[in-house]
Amino acid sequence: MATRKAATKSNTSPEELRRYYREMLMIRRFEEKAGQLYGMGLIGGFCHLYIGQEAVVVGLEAAAKPGDKRITSYRDHGHMLACGMDPKGVMAELTGRIGGYSKGKGGSMHMFSTERHFYGGHGIVGAQVPIGAGLAFADRYLGNDNVTFAYFGDGAANQGQVYETYNMAELWNLPVVFVIENNQYAMGTSVRRATKSPSLWERGAAYGIAGEAVDGMDVLAVKAAGEKAVAVCRAGEGPYILEVMTYRYRGHSMSDPAKYRTREEVQKMRDERDPIDHVREMLLAGGHATEDDLKAIDRDIKAIVNEAADFARESPEPGTAELWTDIYA
Amino acid sequence: MATEILMPALSPTMEEGTLAKWLVAPGATVKSGQIIAEIETDKATMEFEAVDEGVIAQILVPEGTQGVKVNTPIAILAADGAVPEASRAEAAAKAAPAGGPAKAAPPAAIPAAPAAAPEIPPGTPMRSMTVREALREAMAEEMRADGRVFLMGEEVGEYQGAYKISQGLLDEFGARRVIDTPITEHGFAGLAVGAAFGGLRPIVEFMTFNFAMQAMDHIVNSAAKTLYMSGGQMGCPIVFRGPNGAAARVAAQHSQDYAAWYAQIPGLKVAMPYSAADAKGLLKTAIRDPNPVIFLENEILYGRSFEVPDLPDHTVPFGKARIWRVGTDLTIVSFGIGMSHALEAAEALAREGISAEVIDLRTLRPIDYDTLLASVRKTNRCITVEEGWPVGAIGNHLAAHIMQHAFDWLDAPVLNLTGKDVPMPYAANLEKLALITVAEIVAAAKSVCYR
Repeated sequence: MATRKAATKSNTSPEELRRYYREMLMIRRFEEKAGQLYGMGLIGGFCHLYIGQEAVVVGLEAAAKPGDKRITSYRDHGHMLACGMDPKGVMAELTGRIGGYSKGKGGSMHMFSTERHFYGGHGIVGAQVPIGAGLAFADRYLGNDNVTFAYFGDGAANQGQVYETYNMAELWNLPVVFVIENNQYAMGTSVRRATKSPSLWERGAAYGIAGEAVDGMDVLAVKAAGEKAVAVCRAGEGPYILEVMTYRYRGHSMSDPAKYRTREEVQKMRDERDPIDHVREMLLAGGHATEDDLKAIDRDIKAIVNEAADFARESPEPGTAELWTDIYA
Repeated sequence: MATEILMPALSPTMEEGTLAKWLVAPGATVKSGQIIAEIETDKATMEFEAVDEGVIAQILVPEGTQGVKVNTPIAILAADGAVPEASRAEAAAKAAPAGGPAKAAPPAAIPAAPAAAPEIPPGTPMRSMTVREALREAMAEEMRADGRVFLMGEEVGEYQGAYKISQGLLDEFGARRVIDTPITEHGFAGLAVGAAFGGLRPIVEFMTFNFAMQAMDHIVNSAAKTLYMSGGQMGCPIVFRGPNGAAARVAAQHSQDYAAWYAQIPGLKVAMPYSAADAKGLLKTAIRDPNPVIFLENEILYGRSFEVPDLPDHTVPFGKARIWRVGTDLTIVSFGIGMSHALEAAEALAREGISAEVIDLRTLRPIDYDTLLASVRKTNRCITVEEGWPVGAIGNHLAAHIMQHAFDWLDAPVLNLTGKDVPMPYAANLEKLALITVAEIVAAAKSVCYR
């Protein structure tokens, strides 16, 4: 991974920096709470936490405008919070309650918000990529300037449908940013054990798609790359590929013992590259916030997350009649 | 030495065609590989090349002749230009009758439906059209009515459709709405699902449903389940359509009937029309439906003509079976091309004094159980007919449903007539054995009537 660049503040303001700090912290605290509720048996099934990758979605959402769309895989809680979905609705979906975004019928991997233009939450690795291109196709067909962010991991990058999609997206100049969240492990298989490609974004060149690698632990670097990618797409010259180099601190899912990497590797990443600490340092060093300011943000976030957890516990399970609803429109 | 030039078969299902144009005249010297005629099949106009060298001694079938059967002598090629008298007379006798509309010959006379389709009011003006034309009209009408509807697939645009279903649509609607895709079923099925999520109404044409197996994940996981997984927030209004089942001599990888596969999936709707009227009416309904619809067509039926209501907006509701033939001794229930065999069998049974009621389910999800049960309660016997395989067949499900809901009315076990439990063989004789036959249906009908 590239060494940390000096904090460039050219593409941000103190207010924005505080906002990114807050949004990233929200994702982290939310995910920690979700992990806790999972341990208590309140969340079942698969639960894939986003801790460590927060700068990716927060940086890219900073480059989006209202109307832009996003779609991702099953590691989706961060994306939902970053695009403004209600933490209560997300947490209640994790607990399988009627107050969840899918009335408890979708779970962690299958949540949607047409209001926030969040199109899932997809459990099949790579399937969200052509669907994302289809969302962009619809916008191009309708003649607006919206852009779709289609997120997928380094694991999905080896699915054939990704390349079928690259081909069509470039053929039809679809306004889609393909975001490869390279967290370096596809479940337990490191990128190096899955491919000899030196980089994943460069595979786009075979289809004529431009792209670049980005430091995914630096929210401002992600935002800058996102702004460039979005500008290309809005100009009708999409698609564009961003390979965002990131890291997940937790296992693939809650049941992953993570024997495929050392504890030291994870700890080193946490100590040296944490995206939230990075912004925290910038805020303090630049005099844009005091320790007390940041503590206030922490308290505020904690309250919101606790409220979401309470809601997720108290919201009732879906009524039994819900078994038979929403099969057909 | 003279050689007969025969009317060629230019597609797996071609039985006859139109000799559109001769490019050579009697007396012309032709070389092997030279294009000598243009022949119009039900799919396309094809160039026809000479195989042998020689002189065209005689043209036996003039250009413009329709309905020329495959293997009819159409010209005489002579090494020296001389034509033996016997050969000429023989050829003339064998030549197909000239003129007349190009109409596919039905397997036997399809009986005029004694029981009219319930959705067609009496006195409705009708016109004859092929299933192919009916499907095309359905798409064109819905595309005119709704700007969100578009067609996407392999060769649907500039090529005018691999089976000519989309012929002319590119000219009318342009490349924005009639979209040629690369050969990338998994990819474009997923992309179309995304377009449906994004507010459009895609029609996805699979060149055959055999290729849709590459897209199965998006059809099932992405299209069918999203409404449920999103708690009703987001559905997928999309039509996946194309030919399904066996054509002719295309062997195992191009001949599978997927009716039972798709009918198993909650969240999908499945239509499988037999007649042109139903093809048109059901496809229009499918395009308007807010859910994902699997629309299973049949290559052999594309060229068949039926009476279609001459109405500005003919639609057929899902979940309403059609009784094609009213009868009293047993119920034959089928769908799609199975109906062709079922009706033929009913005709044969009638000649032997057995009165069969023939029901076309038309849609397999939803299924019109009411019509089926009412018929079984009247006839007390039922056989099911389908082209697909016997394990997990639609017929198995119907038999179970009848057993649960009309057991006391049954005078015989429900029999399932299906394709054989083998991959489709290529050899002509084996292919016939693998498919369901009229004789098998007749035999099964007699057995449940204990005759």
